[in-house]
Amino acid sequence: MSAKQWIDVCSQNDLQADSGICALVEDKQIAIFYMNLENKVYAINNFDPFGKANVLSRGLIGDIKGEPMVASPLHKQHFSLKTGQCFEDENVRIESYSIRIEKGRVEVSL
Amino acid sequence: MSKKQTLVVIGNGMVGQTFLSDLMASKIKDQYAVITFCEEPRVAYDRVHLTEYFSGKSAEDLSMVEEGFFETNNITLHLGDKAETIDLKGKTVLSKKGISISYDKLVLATGSFPFVPPIPGYDRENCMVYRTIEDLEAITLAAKTAKIGSVVGGGLLGLEAAKALQDLGLKTNVIQFSPRLMSAQLDDGGAKMLANKIEALGISVLPNKNTLEIVEGERCKNKMIFADGEELETDLIVFSTGIRPRDEIARACGLKLGARGGIAINNQCKTSDPDVYAIGECAVWNEQIFGLVAPGYAMGRTVVSDLLGGTVSFTGADMSTKLKLNGVDVASIGDAHAITEGALVYSYQNEVEGIYKRLVVSKNGKKLLGAVLVGEASGYGTLLQYCLNEIDLPENPDALILPHRSDESVGLGSDALPATAQICSCFDVNKGQICSAIESGCMTIAALKNETKAATGCGGCLPLLKSVLDSELKSAGIAVNTDLCEHFPHTRRDLYNIVMVEDIKTFDDLIEHHGSGRGCEICRQAVGSILASYWNEYVLEKNHISLQDTNDTFLANMQKDGTYSIVPRMTGGEVSPDMLIALGQVAKKYKLYTKVTGGQRIDMFGARVDQLPLIWKELIDAGFESGHAYGKSLRTVKSCVGSTWCRYGIDDSISLAVALENRYKGLRAPHKIKFAVSGCTRECAEAQSKDIGIIATENGWNLYVCGNGGMKPRHGDLFATNLDKETLIKYIDRILVFYVRSADRMQRTSVWMENMEGGLDYLKSIVIEDKLNICDKLEAQMQHVIDTYQCEWKTTIEDESNLKRFRHFVNSDKQDQNVVFVEQRGQIRPANSAEQKHLKIAEEV
Repeated sequence: MSAKQWIDVCSQNDLQADSGICALVEDKQIAIFYMNLENKVYAINNFDPFGKANVLSRGLIGDIKGEPMVASPLHKQHFSLKTGQCFEDENVRIESYSIRIEKGRVEVSL
Repeated sequence: MSKKQTLVVIGNGMVGQTFLSDLMASKIKDQYAVITFCEEPRVAYDRVHLTEYFSGKSAEDLSMVEEGFFETNNITLHLGDKAETIDLKGKTVLSKKGISISYDKLVLATGSFPFVPPIPGYDRENCMVYRTIEDLEAITLAAKTAKIGSVVGGGLLGLEAAKALQDLGLKTNVIQFSPRLMSAQLDDGGAKMLANKIEALGISVLPNKNTLEIVEGERCKNKMIFADGEELETDLIVFSTGIRPRDEIARACGLKLGARGGIAINNQCKTSDPDVYAIGECAVWNEQIFGLVAPGYAMGRTVVSDLLGGTVSFTGADMSTKLKLNGVDVASIGDAHAITEGALVYSYQNEVEGIYKRLVVSKNGKKLLGAVLVGEASGYGTLLQYCLNEIDLPENPDALILPHRSDESVGLGSDALPATAQICSCFDVNKGQICSAIESGCMTIAALKNETKAATGCGGCLPLLKSVLDSELKSAGIAVNTDLCEHFPHTRRDLYNIVMVEDIKTFDDLIEHHGSGRGCEICRQAVGSILASYWNEYVLEKNHISLQDTNDTFLANMQKDGTYSIVPRMTGGEVSPDMLIALGQVAKKYKLYTKVTGGQRIDMFGARVDQLPLIWKELIDAGFESGHAYGKSLRTVKSCVGSTWCRYGIDDSISLAVALENRYKGLRAPHKIKFAVSGCTRECAEAQSKDIGIIATENGWNLYVCGNGGMKPRHGDLFATNLDKETLIKYIDRILVFYVRSADRMQRTSVWMENMEGGLDYLKSIVIEDKLNICDKLEAQMQHVIDTYQCEWKTTIEDESNLKRFRHFVNSDKQDQNVVFVEQRGQIRPANSAEQKHLKIAEEV
């Protein structure tokens, strides 16, 4: 098993509590969400496959039956922050990425 | 296939029209070619609510005919043409305009006309009647040059006419021949209480007055001379002295009439000619004329059934009635006068609160025969069911009319009603029909109304309908879930109260103590709105950012491609040339698409998130402030130019619009709120389609509430008339805060009103009469919002740390490659997907 390639993205201070930001990593738009009570970060693709726009980082987050999720700001479809799975349509799943906070820096692995 | 038969309907009033729509909903609609004559210049309209014509409803609002009804159903309508003669032998109808039609079946729905007693002088100028829209127009015109108006006749319609005259600004009298008002429906005690209440409203009631003559007046246009020697000066006289059936066409062709007129019908509503029916107020059954619409509708249904070969019969009708006369509840059920042999009476009289109630029970005290309710009629539905369904009375029947000051309910639970119990008398809907509609999936009052028509007529049965619905759902084990979402087992209203009572200032605090999980877009947005309404803190404060929905989170309106539009405030739609130029320059510099909105301001599209603070810096420097187009909050106060410029303007609508917009700007609410102010009744600002609409009158401002345009248009309800500015603002303060407190999430005022138990009267009781004793608090809350107003964009750009969020990438200055514009009519628009592909290929080449 090869070791994960971690790419430095931004400072932990750039994260918004219970909200999202967007980063450009190797030409991919990555939506990064931070749940502050749990101190957990999640990364999925920023593209909303329904609205066809790069907006998911600007959606409201929370949980559906315990599963962390984001609601698209365009038409409110929900996506799992862990897996990118759409809650409304089992055939739709967007990319999700490994992410961690390391020494005050946010890092992702594609 | 057999040739169609011809069915002719003479008269397109409420009953004629309802018959047509019942016929068109039946199986036999295709068997007849239908032709109808309508003597009036307009098709059927709601005469029951005619008085509302004075409070702003138009002829179109009152219309009972759905658009395209005649065309869709292939009905030939002869409008403004009167059927004049019938040839029973030759089976033809001849009209005034000379149209001759051969019929197979004929239905007479000619209605009635107002009876005017042949007193000498009855035809003098300004002596009028109250029946058609034309009559109301004539009264309105005459009232312009009149000071005193008198209504002859203290019946139901007469009292409505009196209210109308008073609203037109006349000093008003009601002249009553008999000793009591509404003599057909009320006993002495009820009539006396009603008279007290009417007089308290400033209308004089003159009983026992036999008018002998009307002559030229000295101080007024007319003078009435009475048998007791007294005289009364009055400008306007409106006769409301009963109706007479319009039977002249039947009389002329030889159809059998009743002893006192009216077209005689049998239980199938057939006249003496088997191919001719008569329905409504022109018909007489068993020597009785029915002057209400419900029996007329029932006759119409009987005719449809008879044409179908069915067995429905008309065997008389219940004449019980409940109405609100000049704000006073009045109801009469069954044998109100206790004329049944051996009938016994209970009565309750409360002169302090102006309440009178009377029960008429059978000799053995077991059955309810009749009732009278004045001043408080909430028990009407229950009493009517006891009476109509002959349900055994409780041990102490007087409990049904005595005030119950504990919470113990004495109402008849809907469970006690049999399936045949009629719930809605306007459309003859019984409990069984309602239950099966509920079984087939109607879970809300709105769905039931739609499915069964119940409670869509006079609306009197609404509380009973709700009780049937609640009880059916409960017994079916269906809990009506009103939880906001899976994270909060509360309604929005509950959460608002919790925030108020416990002084909660953050979402995390609220969900920790009253919810579970991490929230979702529904509860976060709702709680964000509640906190903003109540505390009015800056919405992008750290604690609140995660609660802001799509548009609020960047204080701009997200469009389909993820770019934003920007709408600066233009109070009242007013903008100076310099400001307009400044706006144009900003739009030009940032290459924004510009469009004028429906709310009289300018929307600029195509701004990237990183451009928003730059654009707003320039707008604020030019003197603009946030327009809150992104918020569930006050949007605009639309206005016409009013008396400042307009030749017709009565008052300064722009100044009021500007003042109101400045007062309420920034108020967060369950949904967006729109206002409009019109400077005269021409209503160019379309105020009656707004949440809050204001129209100038000669004597102040009329206030309309809970109107809506959009998906489901709703005409605003007239809330109060001729208000001074101070009172107007006080009422709006109270209404808005009450809405903010009590509405559901994302509920516009129109739907809020539709769902409010007690409706407009309830809202009035809270806002005008302060029934809940909360007006002080409502006003204080509004004052807090006004005192803490800030331009959110000014706050945002003043603090560098807020601006960090306004960039597309946290780690790069690049732009979103997916945002591509093309040009159309000299401005930008987002490229569609085909164009995007094409442009990308071109770029790569």
